[in-house]
Amino acid sequence: MKVAANSLELRASRLWQSLGAVAQTALVLLVVSGISFLFLKLSPGDPVALMLGSDFSRDSYDQLYRNLGLDRPWLQQYFHWLSRFVLGEWGSSYVSKQDIFELAVLQALPVTLTLAALSLLVALAVGIPLGVLAAIKRNSWMDILASAIAIGGNAFPSFYLGVVLIWIFSVAFGWFPSMGYVSPWSDPLGGLWHLALPALTLGAWYVGLIATVTRSSLLEVLEQPYMAAARARGEPEWRVIWVHGMRNVLMPLVTIIGLQLGGMLRGAVMTEVVFTLPGLGMMITNAVQTREYLVVQAGIMITALLFIAVNLLVDRTYTILDPRLRKK
Amino acid sequence: MTIATPSLISESGYWHRFQGSFARFWRPVRRQRKALAGLGIVCLFVLVAVFAPALAPYSPTEQNFADAMQGPSWKHWMGTDSYGQDILSRTFYGARSALWIGFASVSLGLLVGVAVGLLAGLRGGRIEWALMRAVDGLLAFPELIMAMAFMAVLGLGMNNVILALALSFVGPFARTVRADVLQVKARPFIEAARLMDVPEREIILRHVLPNIASPILIQAGMRISIAILLASGLSFLGLGVVPPTPDWGLMIAEGRGFISMAPWMAGMPGLALATLLIGLNLLAEGLRDALDPRTRGEHS
Repeated sequence: MKVAANSLELRASRLWQSLGAVAQTALVLLVVSGISFLFLKLSPGDPVALMLGSDFSRDSYDQLYRNLGLDRPWLQQYFHWLSRFVLGEWGSSYVSKQDIFELAVLQALPVTLTLAALSLLVALAVGIPLGVLAAIKRNSWMDILASAIAIGGNAFPSFYLGVVLIWIFSVAFGWFPSMGYVSPWSDPLGGLWHLALPALTLGAWYVGLIATVTRSSLLEVLEQPYMAAARARGEPEWRVIWVHGMRNVLMPLVTIIGLQLGGMLRGAVMTEVVFTLPGLGMMITNAVQTREYLVVQAGIMITALLFIAVNLLVDRTYTILDPRLRKK
Repeated sequence: MTIATPSLISESGYWHRFQGSFARFWRPVRRQRKALAGLGIVCLFVLVAVFAPALAPYSPTEQNFADAMQGPSWKHWMGTDSYGQDILSRTFYGARSALWIGFASVSLGLLVGVAVGLLAGLRGGRIEWALMRAVDGLLAFPELIMAMAFMAVLGLGMNNVILALALSFVGPFARTVRADVLQVKARPFIEAARLMDVPEREIILRHVLPNIASPILIQAGMRISIAILLASGLSFLGLGVVPPTPDWGLMIAEGRGFISMAPWMAGMPGLALATLLIGLNLLAEGLRDALDPRTRGEHS
């Protein structure tokens, strides 16, 4: 009876917690949208004049001004904008006349996500083994290599590393293309071939970080009694490390991946421009240069939403990875 | 710099004690070696930046098309770019703009961030709630994207780069300051000062600020390298400093187009940028490890 009451209480408190989390996220989203709206309002230039082009009459100007709702108070304009944004009516580009939702969400976003996912894969595939080796063979040359990569990867800006990799692998060896994008979803081989250098550029930044975290968490785990217990049961060493050890390294790994997402997006913007990939970074960069503030606004909204979504996802992953957190 | 050493009383056995005293001797040295190496690199760049006019063999913006795109030689140690400008001279002057942007933007962001954080932490109530929700919103944007958006509103140029970066640093600084203020505020000496009718201004200046200064300054120090990275990134994207200002990001962007003919155009300034960032990171990490008791022993 007591147990039942407890679990009910527990459930209620958990529901309350998740409601609080939802409310908090909603509030952040509202503030983010407000900032994005302010951005458009504060950006220089006259949107009406931009839309009409070089030659227009006073009447057509006034009419469009009213049609766009620019004569109404800002708060009203904000809610009008927000409701249209939620519906995916983001307007169209002045330059290419393209629908911005289509441009940003259907064209640019998948490119950035593909690049980021591939880079993360590269970073995990290199970083985790490197970190494990560094932890097992502490103070060996492997360990020194791992920390050198960590320091170097942190210091080499993506745009510079990208240029260096182009110089080595495109110009000197001619193995990989230095620009252009082919979707790996429609043409797997060609896509991966085109994305190899960008993924390496962006992934390199993460490799050192992942190796460092893997190493330091594994070093802690290695001293735990259950590791000795696993060895005492006669389990093979690889199983002890990779199954019992790595399971407990996953948490800090997910944390650091989530925490460094800002760095990932920063790197993605620069990498896209270096390799001329038509992703979000390229889109925002071009839009700032051509003063297409609507497109810039769409870009900053999407990146912020992405940022918030991944942070929520990271929070969720904790409870999946660590059963102890579920009991609370 | 004094470094608190862990108490050895709880340790038992001679071996542990020997290990402990060895570690006590070795750790600070190791740590300071890291910080010292970083400090050396940073000092070198500061010296180059300060004495750039004396050290640079040519004017950084002097164009000489007869000598364009020459590889490294005795005449031009780092070669020349497509306008025949001397890359060594431009790299020296580039240190100037990089360090200045890094220092100025972090200081400005720190100033505003500390003000916002103090206001939120000390006032509490609705002001705190509103300020912190605004900060949450600002922090939801990745830094580079935020800086790009600010550049779009402000326009190009060095001063606007500084302003844009400073604005995107306000959020993180404000959040840290507020958290620290809340901690300090709960401590008895603040209450004692309040009870003694010490004026609010004096409480802030003499009791709160000194107690939050060191973690904030360390954070500011680490941010300088981020600022320099972001500033050169903005220039690389064509959204920062405008040519012909000698700037590493701009030079790398320009060199990218000539990578097959003149790899030194992007290579040299990039090496300078990476070296400076390594120096700044080493310095910041070394200082953090030495000063922050929480991370002591982490890199052993």
